[in-house]
Amino acid sequence: MEVIQPILAHFNHWITIFLLVAGLYVVVARGNMIKKLIGLSLFQTSVYLLYISPGKIFGGTAPIIDDKIEVYSNPLPHVLILTAIVVGVATLALGLGLVVRINEVYGTIEEDEIFTQEDDEE
Amino acid sequence: MNGGIFPEGNTVMALTLIVPLIGAVLIPLFRAKPNMRETVTLITAGVLFDLVVILADKVLKGGVPSLPPLEVFAGLEIKFEIEPLGMIFALVASTLWIVNSIYSIGYMRGNNEPRQTPFYICFAVAIFATLGIAFAANLFTLFLFYEVLTLSTYPLVTHKANDDAKKAGRVYLVLLLATSMLLLLPAIIWTGALAGTLDFVPGGILAGKVSPAMMGVLLFLFVYGIGKAAVMPVHFWLPAAMVAPTPVSALLHAVAVVKAGVFSVVKIVVYVFGVDALREAGTGDWLAYVAGFTVIVASLVALRQDNLKKRLAFSTISQLSYVVLATAILTPISLVGAAMHIAAHAVSKITLFFAAGSIYTAAHLTEVSQLNGIGRRMPWTMTAFAIGALSMIGLPPTAGFLGKWFMLTGAVETSQWVPVGVIVLSTLLNAAYFLPIIYNAFFKAPPKPDKHHPAHGEAPWPIVLALTATATGTVLLFFFPGVPLTLAKMMMGLN
Amino acid sequence: MIAHHLPVIIVLVPLFGALLSALTKRGAVAWGIALIATVLTLAATIGLLGHVLHDGVISYEIGGWAPPIGIEYRVDMANALVILIVATIATVIMPYARVSVAKELAADQQAWFYTMYMLCVAGLIGIAVTGDAFNAFVFLEVSSLATYTMIALGQSRRSLLSAYQYLIMGTIGATFYIIGIGLLLTITGTLNFVDLAARIAVTPYDRAMLTALAFITVGIGLKLALFPLHVWLPNAYARAPSTGTALLASTATKVAVYLLIRVYFNVFGISNIVGDVPVLELLLVLSIAAMFFASFVAVFEKNVKRLLAYSSVAQVGYMILGLSMATSTALTGTLVHLANHAMMKGAAFLAIGAVSYQLGSVSLERMKGIGRVMPVTMGCFVVAGLSLIGVPGTVGFISKYYLVVAAFEKGWWWLAFMIVASSLIAVFYVGRVVEVAWFAEPSKEAAKLKEAPLSLLLPTVALAAACVFFGVDASLTAGLAEAAANALFGGSL
Repeated sequence: MEVIQPILAHFNHWITIFLLVAGLYVVVARGNMIKKLIGLSLFQTSVYLLYISPGKIFGGTAPIIDDKIEVYSNPLPHVLILTAIVVGVATLALGLGLVVRINEVYGTIEEDEIFTQEDDEE
Repeated sequence: MNGGIFPEGNTVMALTLIVPLIGAVLIPLFRAKPNMRETVTLITAGVLFDLVVILADKVLKGGVPSLPPLEVFAGLEIKFEIEPLGMIFALVASTLWIVNSIYSIGYMRGNNEPRQTPFYICFAVAIFATLGIAFAANLFTLFLFYEVLTLSTYPLVTHKANDDAKKAGRVYLVLLLATSMLLLLPAIIWTGALAGTLDFVPGGILAGKVSPAMMGVLLFLFVYGIGKAAVMPVHFWLPAAMVAPTPVSALLHAVAVVKAGVFSVVKIVVYVFGVDALREAGTGDWLAYVAGFTVIVASLVALRQDNLKKRLAFSTISQLSYVVLATAILTPISLVGAAMHIAAHAVSKITLFFAAGSIYTAAHLTEVSQLNGIGRRMPWTMTAFAIGALSMIGLPPTAGFLGKWFMLTGAVETSQWVPVGVIVLSTLLNAAYFLPIIYNAFFKAPPKPDKHHPAHGEAPWPIVLALTATATGTVLLFFFPGVPLTLAKMMMGLN
Repeated sequence: MIAHHLPVIIVLVPLFGALLSALTKRGAVAWGIALIATVLTLAATIGLLGHVLHDGVISYEIGGWAPPIGIEYRVDMANALVILIVATIATVIMPYARVSVAKELAADQQAWFYTMYMLCVAGLIGIAVTGDAFNAFVFLEVSSLATYTMIALGQSRRSLLSAYQYLIMGTIGATFYIIGIGLLLTITGTLNFVDLAARIAVTPYDRAMLTALAFITVGIGLKLALFPLHVWLPNAYARAPSTGTALLASTATKVAVYLLIRVYFNVFGISNIVGDVPVLELLLVLSIAAMFFASFVAVFEKNVKRLLAYSSVAQVGYMILGLSMATSTALTGTLVHLANHAMMKGAAFLAIGAVSYQLGSVSLERMKGIGRVMPVTMGCFVVAGLSLIGVPGTVGFISKYYLVVAAFEKGWWWLAFMIVASSLIAVFYVGRVVEVAWFAEPSKEAAKLKEAPLSLLLPTVALAAACVFFGVDASLTAGLAEAAANALFGGSL
């Protein structure tokens, strides 16, 4: 139990790390440009968790000032992550837009096929 | 002050630096009218010469013209001040530029060279850089103009723009830039860190501040960092540079560029290390051996060159190391010899190159073995050549004798027998590679003219005029060495 | 009154400019807006610089919320210098943009280009001006997204590919940065740089802190193309529209370098970083590797834009080298090189852009003899090239001088030799271009060309002239850099 305790106590970080590595793996390992973007999103999502989960304080409540309540959760991470999500969405949208254009001019979104075309050209 | 129309030495000095640049700007404006363009070059050279003479007058009277320093950033200044050695160098360069400009006109037109406008522009910039080196008052300024000179002469070396020229240009640029950046620049910065200043000061700035061993290291960095001095093994660039048109080889690779190299060596030894300090440190002795080695080996190589310009190039390498050798003897009188040899070799070697170019223009011959009997067809050229060659050997009544005389005096006085041996041996070698050319030219029968080598006479008159002038100068300098000799003695405080 | 708001004005002006030009459909109108916006930004920047010089550090509270709760914009010598670089380059390029963009981009895309141009400028200035770690991330993404789009607007279809690849790499970098900041937030509970610095100073330097430093370093390292995280850069620079390349090459990496310096010197404190893990030594090794490796690659590159891009990777090496030496002189070298490299790379890319404009290609093969038909353009290239080599009398020498002096001051004479040796490699890659451009007979198509139009020449000549001017009189650039370096070392954020 003593061994597992510290691991369990930080389980949110373990999930963060899993998402982060999984996302990065997809980006590196997949040749399909859409799948790469999915991996990238997964990778970014891990950050949301990294920020938000420490903001929760056990027994705390939403940060709306009230005389009866003494413990509040930290609101700052939520605000930050709202911004980060917007940035993430914008990145994803731009990335997908680029993939659409690439599909139009190359006729494929598989990286290896595109590189073959490029090699032929040069 | 009685400086004529320019009362202030400073104004004259500023003008001296600016005039070649003005020339460089004006020349392209007349690119469509070659006659006007060449007139601009000649006028620029003439004005420059006058200005330098005015400056020389002031320096001879004990003046030290200087310009207000321009601060690059805190602790680094571009600074000009004329001391006697720099005055000699500026006099030599500006005088010979006039002659060389006349010669260039004959040569470039005689050979129908392309792209003459950039040629004259780069030439003017190179002269500007040469004057910057001559007047530099600190190591940084010297370095700055040293690099400007390298870069402005690179297009001249590659003027022909064929594969040979490009290859030679690469050797030229890479070797000169690499040595200066890898060795000279660190040496300068290191010196600045150790001495706390980069200024040239009589007696040196390193004396008493660094260990003898450190002096040796710095001297090594400086001597090899100044690739233009062509001390072996960093001499390859000079033979490579011979692909350039002959006026370039004549003024730049016999006078401006190479002299900038040995001038810098002398200047650094005198004003950065200090002759006395370096002699006491005893860690500069190797320089005499290296220079002596270069003198002898370069002469031996010259013996084996059939290409006339290549032979002259190796002769130049050998003669440059005379100056370095004289410096390494480290006595005041030998340094006077070094300064005199800078002037003497300049006027003699330019004569030899002029002659080589004259032969090329008139007869399209480039090899020593083709020159049998050419003295009969080109008497002016070959007489001038003979005078230049005698000066190289060091025989009176030519200028080359003077430098050698002082060097020998210095070496004998301090019982340094190695330099004495080197000078004697090399004199014999010089005779061995020059005298046969003269003998063959005058006393062997010329080959019958054929299709490839039609009968020819002298080269165009500007060429003949130029080489006659410098040959005369070679003799006159022997009889009237007053101005450079006085300046050289002033440098060492011997007056 | 306006003077008080200058720190936010310099971000808002290009931001609104971007908005306005997004609303227009016509390239010419958008260009006009961009011109006005950049000129105003530059004017405001100069005003701001005057204030900093006169009054010292300026702190501006966004929305009136006092830091550390509110976002603070904070201007000292270091970021004033960086902002000045960005604003100046952005303005100088404008006359060039008009002609170049009109030729390279389709009519309906031109307004978008200017939108992205200004968004990018706003983002870059934002990164520099903000005193808030998270706000810096947002601006980083603003500038990055604009950059991706700008690259995608390039002529060849490969531009899309390069933009996509850069998007992936850039997003990973930005996310790494924000992970590092997140860890710092968890440890200290603040995002304000000044506040962070104060709290980190009293927090033990433990593994969590080191992890944060590692994430931030790698994240920013990707953005500034620190070897070996540079793979995105050559393609991105080579395939963006010429104007975009010039802007990016002169400013984007500089701002990232600035951010790294800020984090290292003012947030963590350089004395903290000199811990048991040899972070600075690692950076030193990487920067030397960049100086040599990237220069070598540049020597064998056939596309001149890519050649210059690899040269940029090498030049970033010099900047990080100064940082990793962590002395006041070395940092001055880094900061002055930010400005100097902006001038020389700006001039070089503008010149090559002008060649591309006339010739339609920037491959060495087709550039034969181009110097004879476009002497002014290629003359500017030569000047920029000499600066890259570090010839005295050019700005490159000034940077190198500081770095070499710094190396000698530390007693690392071997490093001094490596710096000069690596800069010599530049002789080869610049020399190759010069040889092809000047010493080969122009091809038939090249012989028909003329010198580039005046609007292309003017900015190019201006930057090339700056390379020489600030190489001879560096009192302004070196003075600012020195003051900035001292400020950074004093820790007086």
